[in-house]
Amino acid sequence: MSSTDYPRPDARLHLGVFFQGVNHWTIWSLPESGSQIDFSSFRRMITTAERGLFDAFFLGEGLRLRESGGKIHDLDVAGRPDAITQLAALAGVTERIGLVATQNTTYNEPADLARRLSGLDVLSKGRAGWNVVTTDNAWTGENFRRGGYLDHADRYVRAEQFLTVARQIWDSWDADALATGPDAEDWADPKGIATVGARTSQFDVEITPTLPRSPQGHPVIFQAGDSAEGRDFAARNADVVFSAHGSDFADALAFAGDLRARLRTAGRPEDALRILPGTEIILGDTEKEAAEKARWIRLHQVTPATALAIAGQVWGIDLADRDADGPLPAEDPVVTAPTGEMGSRRWKDPREIVRTWRETAEARGLTLRETVIALGPQRGHVGTPGGLAEKFAHFVRSGAVDGFNVSPYLTPDGLDDIVDRLVPELQDRGVYRERYTGTTLREHLGLGPSGDSR
Amino acid sequence: MSRPLHLAVELDGEGAHPAAWRRASHAPAALLTPERVRALAQVAENAGLTLVTFDDSLLPPGGVGPVGRIGAVERAAFAAVHTTVLGLAPVVSTTYSEPFHVSSQLASLDFAAAGRAAWLVAATDDPAAARALGRPVVEGTAALRREALDAVRVARDLWDSWEDDAAVRDVGTGRYLDRDKLHYIDFVGETYSVKGPAIVPRPPQGQLVVLAPAGLLPEDVADVELVQGRSVAALAGRGTGLRFAELEIALDTPAHTAAARLADLDRRAPWPAGPRLRYTGPPGGLVALLEELAGVVDGVRLRPAVLEEDLPELSARVLPALFRSGTAARPRPGASLRSTLGLPRPASRFGRHLTSVEGTA
Repeated sequence: MSSTDYPRPDARLHLGVFFQGVNHWTIWSLPESGSQIDFSSFRRMITTAERGLFDAFFLGEGLRLRESGGKIHDLDVAGRPDAITQLAALAGVTERIGLVATQNTTYNEPADLARRLSGLDVLSKGRAGWNVVTTDNAWTGENFRRGGYLDHADRYVRAEQFLTVARQIWDSWDADALATGPDAEDWADPKGIATVGARTSQFDVEITPTLPRSPQGHPVIFQAGDSAEGRDFAARNADVVFSAHGSDFADALAFAGDLRARLRTAGRPEDALRILPGTEIILGDTEKEAAEKARWIRLHQVTPATALAIAGQVWGIDLADRDADGPLPAEDPVVTAPTGEMGSRRWKDPREIVRTWRETAEARGLTLRETVIALGPQRGHVGTPGGLAEKFAHFVRSGAVDGFNVSPYLTPDGLDDIVDRLVPELQDRGVYRERYTGTTLREHLGLGPSGDSR
Repeated sequence: MSRPLHLAVELDGEGAHPAAWRRASHAPAALLTPERVRALAQVAENAGLTLVTFDDSLLPPGGVGPVGRIGAVERAAFAAVHTTVLGLAPVVSTTYSEPFHVSSQLASLDFAAAGRAAWLVAATDDPAAARALGRPVVEGTAALRREALDAVRVARDLWDSWEDDAAVRDVGTGRYLDRDKLHYIDFVGETYSVKGPAIVPRPPQGQLVVLAPAGLLPEDVADVELVQGRSVAALAGRGTGLRFAELEIALDTPAHTAAARLADLDRRAPWPAGPRLRYTGPPGGLVALLEELAGVVDGVRLRPAVLEEDLPELSARVLPALFRSGTAARPRPGASLRSTLGLPRPASRFGRHLTSVEGTA
């Protein structure tokens, strides 16, 4: 297939990087595994990404330390900075790359969060993004003033109302509100700054914002929810979807089609949204070497203790004293109600999962740990730099994705070979930028200017 | 010789005078830029100051001055990467904010600043802040103090909720964390509770330096109290922590006397004398005043009338004289703010203080 036969022959791939702060995909046990909290680790990764002309650098958000079985989960990396604070510091050591903070709409208020994001956007000259997430569980609420106040059904209601207020805050200053010289009547024309008021089911507020629009208007909105509700929310509100559909081509294409249909329903053009699935990228000099490296990485990610912990979540019982390199547990799983704990919502029907695990283990003669690895999320692309560049060109030209959000398995050097070896191959194929042509995140993503919400 | 006088400066806006922006050589919009944040922090660091504070509120700074402001934590974090020895103290209010978020933000600032972060605790008595956040109004001094104390307790507990060595990376057992070194804080206050532990590991200083205006917190809670008085004698006193005097200043510059500069600005907006000591005049007089204050307080927070005019005078004519006489000292490279201020790095309150068996094993 020549590139001109594609629906989007000129499409370019957008890359982001996710500095992971929790979960077992980050390998912490190697000599080269760096600090998860020292500023130097973040600086190292973001400057590598900027050298690789990435669109954006992402940080997650933690609101409660993860637990399993009523105890703090101790097997995975943990302990991370507040996203906006860290990105405000990183804005000072970078020039072009986007800075995206994951922030929750349930345990924040628009007046405060919109102002903090606005501050990041102004300090970075228009490079801020907000990955909007929701939560509802009372377990997380135990760290906050209001406790667990929000019904599951209302989490997107609140998120949408939150965004509406946030956009009004970001658009509250007229472009010419500020005085131009020392002899003006006022520092800012009071008529040029709108007070934002909201009286909705979730908010009863009145806010006088303190910041103008940034060079990109206001922060780029990212969204990651994968439920039908989440996809509709994205279609109505988001600039970028950080999806989980990027490993299998047909799955990615189907997701993109579904999202475009929802965009049309929402009355937005199909190119109003970028789809960036999260992915691992594992490179080798040959296909065989890459596959061997992938297996080595999986074994370091899914340690015996981690395999037992994951299986314990499926079974609903503590399996820590079992043998990960032995057979699957003989007993039936215990079905529990969802809480905020790890895995409590991930496994919809544990009996079904266990049935699949048993079939696979028996058919392929796998141990428990091997079964966990074999049936874990297939979240990556494994291959040679040239092979993957070819594959990604196919993905993006077909409209299955607009790019990828890479999750390196190693902090802080896990991005190095992607930037040094994959990026040049992508550039050779004309599917990746040779230099930054814009200065804002919105420009990097090829999105139009943010409209004025008033 | 007595301990050196610690020197801090408030960097918010264009200066303490409400009309300060009219004497700035830049357009008003330049206030809200990264270049401005960076330049001020670097001037303060090069001058040899120990600490800068960044005033803040969710509400616009009122009155006739600038009504625009970037959040103080964001400004401090951005300044952190452009400085190496300067202490950074954002104002964060305790009245309506989320203590869990505030604690995380400040701990993160301490990591970005490699142990140079502080918190200037504030209370917000304007009900407009409650309206902005949709929260019930906190009314009266007693309630404001209660909220301030609760927020500081939560932050301090959360900073200690990870022991320093909680991330053990024990390959043998597959454990990244030693969960015995992580602690639920189980804080229960009058208006809210916080479970913990923190999301951010224990910050480099263990505990950030906590500054507070005198009277807001019980005496033993803050590390530094900011005291006000209209005369040197009125500033005398004792406290369990360090005491920094608030001092408003307007200095003669090579081009204009302080009196002439103030007269120019007062025509546009008055700068009424408040409860703080104010110095107006030649730099040499300020040097003498600070030398006198060195015998009365542990530090001084300077509030320049016009940052752009007064900071260079401080840098060129005031601080060098104080360094020469040994009245003040530049912070040393690599020192944490706690160490510069002579404050020990405390052990976590949750740690098991085992009798040391070092050397006997």
